[in-house]
Amino acid sequence: MEPAQANLEVFSATLLELARQNPDLLVVTSDSRGSAKLAPFAKAVPGQIVEVGIAEQNLVGVAAGLAAAGKTVFAVSPACFLTARALEQIKNDLCYSDRPVKVVGISAGVSYGALGTTHHSLHDYAVLRAIHNVTIVAPADGFESREAVRAAAQLPAPVYLRFGKKRMPHLPRVDAGFALGKASLIRQGRDLSFLACGETVAPAFEAAELLAKEGVECRVLSLHTLKPLDYEAVRRAATETGGVITAEEHSVSGGLGEACAALLLQEGIHTRFKIMGFPDDHTVTGSQDEIFRHYGLDGPGLAATARKLLAKR
Amino acid sequence: MSERDLQRRSVQYRQALLRLIRTAKAGHTGGDLSCLDILNVLYNRILRVGPETFKGPDHDHFIQSKGHCAEALFVVLADRGFFPEKDLETLNRYGSHYIGHPTREVYGVEQNTGALGHGLAVAVGLALAGKMDRKDYRVFCLLGDGELAEGSNWEAAMTAAHYRLDNLVAIVDRNGLQITGSTEDVCQLSPLDEKFAAFGFGVQRCNGNDIGELVRTFEAVPFRPGKPSVVLAKTRKGKGVSFMENVAKWHHGVPNEEEFNRAMSELEAAQAALA
Repeated sequence: MEPAQANLEVFSATLLELARQNPDLLVVTSDSRGSAKLAPFAKAVPGQIVEVGIAEQNLVGVAAGLAAAGKTVFAVSPACFLTARALEQIKNDLCYSDRPVKVVGISAGVSYGALGTTHHSLHDYAVLRAIHNVTIVAPADGFESREAVRAAAQLPAPVYLRFGKKRMPHLPRVDAGFALGKASLIRQGRDLSFLACGETVAPAFEAAELLAKEGVECRVLSLHTLKPLDYEAVRRAATETGGVITAEEHSVSGGLGEACAALLLQEGIHTRFKIMGFPDDHTVTGSQDEIFRHYGLDGPGLAATARKLLAKR
Repeated sequence: MSERDLQRRSVQYRQALLRLIRTAKAGHTGGDLSCLDILNVLYNRILRVGPETFKGPDHDHFIQSKGHCAEALFVVLADRGFFPEKDLETLNRYGSHYIGHPTREVYGVEQNTGALGHGLAVAVGLALAGKMDRKDYRVFCLLGDGELAEGSNWEAAMTAAHYRLDNLVAIVDRNGLQITGSTEDVCQLSPLDEKFAAFGFGVQRCNGNDIGELVRTFEAVPFRPGKPSVVLAKTRKGKGVSFMENVAKWHHGVPNEEEFNRAMSELEAAQAALA
């Protein structure tokens, strides 16, 4: 798979398309137009970008006020700050107050790599999953990023969109369409399922291709919408294949894996199951690729986990 | 409404407020009483909004950042006809929308508040949208003084000045007390006028329990062209009830029967004096 385009670049290009059609679409940003690839947006539609400086709490509050006046608002800032520093504003000003702002966390997960834990966002799924009235979306590739931005703009409710910096390959897919809350089937298979989201879908697909050479056929699902989770797709993966590996660029606490585990256990579905993510420990630093490799979230690492899981009885 | 009528209305509001808090057995009595005159003047004289226009796009907006004084806002909204006064009998009851903090489930409430340091940023967003759309509505935001220790207020203040939002009016209920004691003992706020001026606001002080001063001050906004305004309204916590005034324990104290009767007698005397 050749790297194509960063999801973030697809986001900014899609946003510009939407902004040209809708003069009431606004971007609010906190000194992050450069890192959010929004410079072309600011140049093309300068009246549709609001700068608040390095002030994430204010970013979300101002976005809520603009949305209250009928604007379609995307509040854009690094995911690590936005979902920690402004969490109460997301909870109260948007979710509790029914303000349909699109909260966009950029450079999410370990995109900032060697900048360290202050700049890593490995908590955002967990904290937002516990807040009512927000849809959580982590697109896997350019296609999902474009469709997610379009769908989010239409949704009359708060949405959290999470994008990394890395150039992502275009993934093949069995399902052609895209819908929020509906998993995308990337690869069919009956031996094992990889349930991944965001930038771990590509390594999950790579792992499935490696395993296919050994005669093991893996299903790969992009669970791009963590909330509401596509329960039916998770259920089917667990009952139709020989086990489930979840993969996420997030702490193992409170993310996709725990969401799937809770669902399956409560449904009485028992299967071989492994959550792949970041352990409850200080995070190693390096490039995003190096960090993925360290925690077994790269293609070979996920394939190795699959072999171990399939060997279990 | 004349200033005399507004003064009488303030006393009526205080009576209604105490009855409400007594029935619900809860409320931020001291802060409710300090900001009641401000709410009275805003809703009966200044704000271009009413129950008929509230759902429309162009009315003046009010956000009560000082959300714990929901009871005062509810009393005024009920009197202005946003909802029937009898609805308030459900305050704090199981399943009621009338709870200890303003919620948009209540007709007339613009924004859910309660956590402090949130209202001003939302008001800035509304005011900014008004400027973008060339609308002539104004946005008023009531803040408690203790609330100003939340740094998010100053982030919002910077944005308000940066975008020259002279359609924004912040009002600080400067009663000088918070739950632990004096605002200056807990975390020094003074000099608030110099701070807001340095942040780019036009600043006016006034007696926030003097109806005439409030009317004149609000009628003078914006104080400086191209700048947001702030009204530093000096008030007394517990205003209107002698034994509650300026006493920190009435922050959310609920009067017992004897205290309630004494308070109501005082308010009846005040009403008689205005007859």
